[in-house]
Amino acid sequence: MNILAFAEERGGKVKKSSLETIRAGRRLADALGGGFAALLAGSGVAAAAPGLGHYGAGRVIVVDDPKLAQHSNTAIAKVIAEVARSEGATMVFLPASQMGKDLAPRVAIKLGAGLAADCIALRADGDDVIATRPVFAGKALLDVRITTPVKVFTLRPNIFDAAQEGGDAKVEARTVALDPADTVTTVKEMKVAAGRPDVTEADIIVSGGRGMKGPEHFVLIERLADALGAGVGASRAVVDAGWRTHDEQVGQTGKTVSPTLYIACGISGAVQHLAGMSSSKYIVAVNRDKDAPIFQIADYGIVGDVFEVLPALTEELKKTGK
Amino acid sequence: MKIVVCINHVPDTETKIRVAPDAATIDRAGVNFMMSPYDEIALEEGLRIRDKFKGDVTVISLGTDANKETLRKALAMGADRAVLLKDDGVRDSYATASGLAAEIKGLAPDVVLFGRQSIDYDNAQVGTLVAELLSLPSVAVVVKLDIAADGGVVCEREIEGGHEIVHTKLPAVFLAQKGLNDPRYPSLKGIMAAKSKPIEEKPAAPAEVRVETIALRKPPAKSPGRIIGTDASAVRELVRLLHEEAKII
Repeated sequence: MNILAFAEERGGKVKKSSLETIRAGRRLADALGGGFAALLAGSGVAAAAPGLGHYGAGRVIVVDDPKLAQHSNTAIAKVIAEVARSEGATMVFLPASQMGKDLAPRVAIKLGAGLAADCIALRADGDDVIATRPVFAGKALLDVRITTPVKVFTLRPNIFDAAQEGGDAKVEARTVALDPADTVTTVKEMKVAAGRPDVTEADIIVSGGRGMKGPEHFVLIERLADALGAGVGASRAVVDAGWRTHDEQVGQTGKTVSPTLYIACGISGAVQHLAGMSSSKYIVAVNRDKDAPIFQIADYGIVGDVFEVLPALTEELKKTGK
Repeated sequence: MKIVVCINHVPDTETKIRVAPDAATIDRAGVNFMMSPYDEIALEEGLRIRDKFKGDVTVISLGTDANKETLRKALAMGADRAVLLKDDGVRDSYATASGLAAEIKGLAPDVVLFGRQSIDYDNAQVGTLVAELLSLPSVAVVVKLDIAADGGVVCEREIEGGHEIVHTKLPAVFLAQKGLNDPRYPSLKGIMAAKSKPIEEKPAAPAEVRVETIALRKPPAKSPGRIIGTDASAVRELVRLLHEEAKII
């Protein structure tokens, strides 16, 4: 039993969701008594390899190839599958990031493997693994077992911890032959929005709903978010109304999020919204309506006016320096 | 241009999910079903591509007779042809993808569209599985799609905190994300016309299930917390709790 975990690298850094994936994969390999290695693939990615040891990767396999300078899902999937084969990997882990979700199906088909997507828990069961994945945007949980000899898992970001322990990894360079047909699809350019973290990656989210009364008042949400280093979220109602862009939408037809802290402001808590954020570790709700469903799942609630509470909260955070 | 759009029939977003007595599936009693919202966006894009380049749009849904409602809506929105791949059994995303891929292969389309994920089982994997099964390029979470007459494609896809500009060429698979377009409502004329259009039915190609369900269950209920105040004076207490109790800040 060997586990291979794919590490997503962007701009010289391995993404946090991949560090979580490596740590979770290593834990499972230890529990099942198997080997573990991480895989970095791209062009000029080797520098990030030794540091993965701190997250449990004793060995890191690096496929560094100028042909991978522009990300290509087909080429990277081929690299992962070939390395998995040569490593005799029976489980392949990827983060359930946009990149991971784009690669995992291709890797699974190449390896004849079943795929459990977006897992939030993994439990060793004899020689096997039972994975838990949220369905219906978290309204229910599904426990599954992959029945093929090789298994592929993607792990939801922000769920598994990325605790540091251990020293630098042993780095091994590999080559995988790539031909032009492997790179028909390539990422030519990345447009990264500067500033606040994306809601799927943020540790804290400040989210606004219709109770904000207009797009111009989201500045209150943004100020609070910036005081906390948080991402900004929005309910479907305000996205549909055009107040905010859809990449901020939290809920069943937006993004499902699991931050440590979710602050819901002027959000009443429609079923589809609650589904998307109820797995947050702590939920704070600020709403004028004491009967709003959001208070049913909030750890801490303030039944009050967002236009008074949000500026006061921002001030208090700045004052206490927290 | 030959266009295929795969659409799924799912519980609407307001549904409160109940687990059926088999502890493996949902209780469908009293649940309203609809076309998965991202699939609607995929279909709209397919219709626009057809209108630009000429050609036809085939919609395919894999499932039970109930899926005909969603196929009928797709015809009302303007799809030319509807196919129901019938299967009453349990399929995982691989088995679903295999069934769809077998049908799509025979159609040899230029463009295959899916929603970025079906909002029931949320795998977000079927479209890309189909692409790999058919050895086609794919781009997921697409918010902008430009197809040139020579089959070259430039599209924009959403990633965490930004967008990627992706180049590929047809034939290819695309997974539609909110923001790509605003799906049309079926016109009255479309709804009337759809009533007389046939829905082709055939059994879905059998496929192995690779992920078996052990249990479907409700997440542990979250108990309501406390109301710590009714105005701005509560923020000091809130900050204290977040700091000392939750230890977040």
